[in-house]
Amino acid sequence: MQRLTAPDAAAVGDNPTADAHYEHPHARKGFFTDTSICIGCKACEVACKEWNRNPADSDYELSNSSFDNSEGLSADTWRHVAFIEQDRGRIEAARESGRALVSLGMPRIRPADVPTTAGEAITTAVTGGMTGPLSEVAGRPPAGLPPAPDLGELDVLSSLGGGPTRPEDAGAVDTTPPDTPEFRWLMSSDVCKHCTNAGCLDVCPTGALFRTEHGTVVVQDDVCNGCGTCVAGCPFGVIERRKDGIAQPKTERSAAPVTPTGPGKPEKARNVGVAQKCTLCYDRLVDDQTPACAQACPTTSIKYGEREDLVSGARERVARLHAEGRTEARLYGANPNDGVGGTGSVFLLLDEPEVYGLPPDPRVPTADLPRMYARAGLAMAGMAAASALAFVLGGRQ
Amino acid sequence: MVKAPPWDERVALYLVCGGIAGGSALLAFGAQLTGRDALRRNARLTALGTASVGALALVADLGRPERFLNMLRTIKPTSPMSLGSWILAGFSTGAGLAAVADLDRMTGEVLPLGPLRSVLRAFEAPAGALAALLGAPLAGYTAVLLSDTAMPTWNAAKDDLPFVFVSSASLASGGMAMITTPTAQAGPARALALAGVAGDLVAAQAMERRMDPVAAEPLHQGRPGWLMRWSERLAIVGGIGTVAAGVTARTAPRASRWVAAASGAALVTASAFTRFGVFYAGKDSAMDPRYTIEPQKRRLEARRRAGITHDSITTAG
Ligand code: SF4
Ligand code: SF4
Ligand code: SF4
Repeated sequence: MQRLTAPDAAAVGDNPTADAHYEHPHARKGFFTDTSICIGCKACEVACKEWNRNPADSDYELSNSSFDNSEGLSADTWRHVAFIEQDRGRIEAARESGRALVSLGMPRIRPADVPTTAGEAITTAVTGGMTGPLSEVAGRPPAGLPPAPDLGELDVLSSLGGGPTRPEDAGAVDTTPPDTPEFRWLMSSDVCKHCTNAGCLDVCPTGALFRTEHGTVVVQDDVCNGCGTCVAGCPFGVIERRKDGIAQPKTERSAAPVTPTGPGKPEKARNVGVAQKCTLCYDRLVDDQTPACAQACPTTSIKYGEREDLVSGARERVARLHAEGRTEARLYGANPNDGVGGTGSVFLLLDEPEVYGLPPDPRVPTADLPRMYARAGLAMAGMAAASALAFVLGGRQ
Repeated sequence: MVKAPPWDERVALYLVCGGIAGGSALLAFGAQLTGRDALRRNARLTALGTASVGALALVADLGRPERFLNMLRTIKPTSPMSLGSWILAGFSTGAGLAAVADLDRMTGEVLPLGPLRSVLRAFEAPAGALAALLGAPLAGYTAVLLSDTAMPTWNAAKDDLPFVFVSSASLASGGMAMITTPTAQAGPARALALAGVAGDLVAAQAMERRMDPVAAEPLHQGRPGWLMRWSERLAIVGGIGTVAAGVTARTAPRASRWVAAASGAALVTASAFTRFGVFYAGKDSAMDPRYTIEPQKRRLEARRRAGITHDSITTAG
């Protein structure tokens, strides 16, 4: 029997396998995609295509708006590297919105442990602000935190880049690489989020979508009947029904599309008419292998592993970037209290999520299902009552 | 940002058919209990006919139609599509048996049923009751099916869409019976149609008023906007015609019959327009990321202003 509501995070923990009643649950696996070090090489995208023998998206069509020609996740593209060009104004706005998150008192980054060195002290001072407004940290530290050093005197940051060193002024430190003073290019490798409360899985009528022992969400290709409900159920626009295609690279730029018929002809795509998305390389996981995309990533922007470890690593990374004045850094999907109960694939972003094509406040539709059923029940009862009444009021024959 | 389901007009057609079928089964059951033979027979045949067309359209829209039986692989309360498949299967069984019994009677028992005829007769009344029991669910569950998605317009309509759908089903099934059945027996059909018109006008207004204004936009623009506007007009015209047909039923039966049929056609069309309109609006809302981003940002901001900051997907660490 399935759950009707999003479970509360405390009951299930961060590992949704408990909910799927595995007798021997494994650790929850996931990705941490650190977009701050992605170079946009698209190696992951290619590796995923090759490993899964996914069809080509198009016949060398160019998007005409960007160097990114695959444009988004689809039934045939399970990893997608987005390119976003930004000018100086956009960078400043991103830094500001990141700083606003900090002062909102978003979840703390690390326990208020003992800072050992001066550098550590600054990190704690800057990032300890997760529990309260920054001004509080700089002046009177909230209870539980060690007294913050007098940053004005310590002046460690000034040796890095010069300029103000108080955390509230950190955004003014110019950390932009010197060769691109007015411009940045955001690169981000997007993928299925493997949600804790997965909309796709909840609404699938056939049970084709299931929760694996690793806490990931996978389609059983031989069960899915292509009803497409999951496509609408995903709050991230990830899963899609496969149309058709050829799973073979073309060799010439102007090559005409080939008709896949007969032996020796190009390989026809598998699973046409069936819902398709990232499997978190389920076939590799069962053999303790790293997913193809993570293995191919040359910068370690895509990190694969146990979700718990990945999230703590991600938090440290954000803390470090904030300490460097890059307040635009933030995490996406690490919060078990969010609308989808946290995601298996966590991202470090350098701007608002919608800039990357990610929804700013996704909510799994099934979280509201009990209410929807209640409203529908009321409406149905009304209809039945109306027809009963119609026979009372409808007059004699 | 979100992807529209790969459903085409066949699914919208199913939404229309499901509504007419569900309401017709209710009318047939009432007629069965009150001895209105013509209404009972016509409504049963309508229920079976529309349910079959709808089911075929639904199967044809699958990516793998040959696997349609997988729909009944499991019963899954979190999936309106799963529950809906069971409702449709149960409904079709009931409506089918009841309609075949009437068909058999209508054709002078030409079906080579043999001893099965008495079995069919015995099951006729319970089958009609089963179809009636599942009638309203069949007409209304599709609202949940649409709302339980990430499509901004459908999702934002979740509180009121079921009321719009059952109202539109009532007016359409009433209208259908007004077309098929002599005015003398169609009194209840007219009453149901009028209740449907009233409910439809109120619920559609309430729905659009209570939705996020940005998420409601697709309901007013382009093709869905046109469909929704004309659906309202046709419902009003059909409603007025229904009253006229009822008033003149005894004094001018011939004219009343024509007015009833025309009003019925207007009502069926109104219902089809409502459902196609809602269907297209939801699909349109997936095309422009604005419909996803703006309402979400607004609600996130509202929560932050209210001091709720623990549930954001974006965190500072
Ligand atoms: S991101 Fe979408 S497709 Fe992936 S698990 Fe979540 S709901 Fe399913
Ligand atoms: S398309 Fe396949 S995986 Fe998606 S909901 Fe339908 S049966 Fe399930
Ligand atoms: S985990 Fe496997 S299936 Fe998923 S994006 Fe990476 S390579 Fe593709």
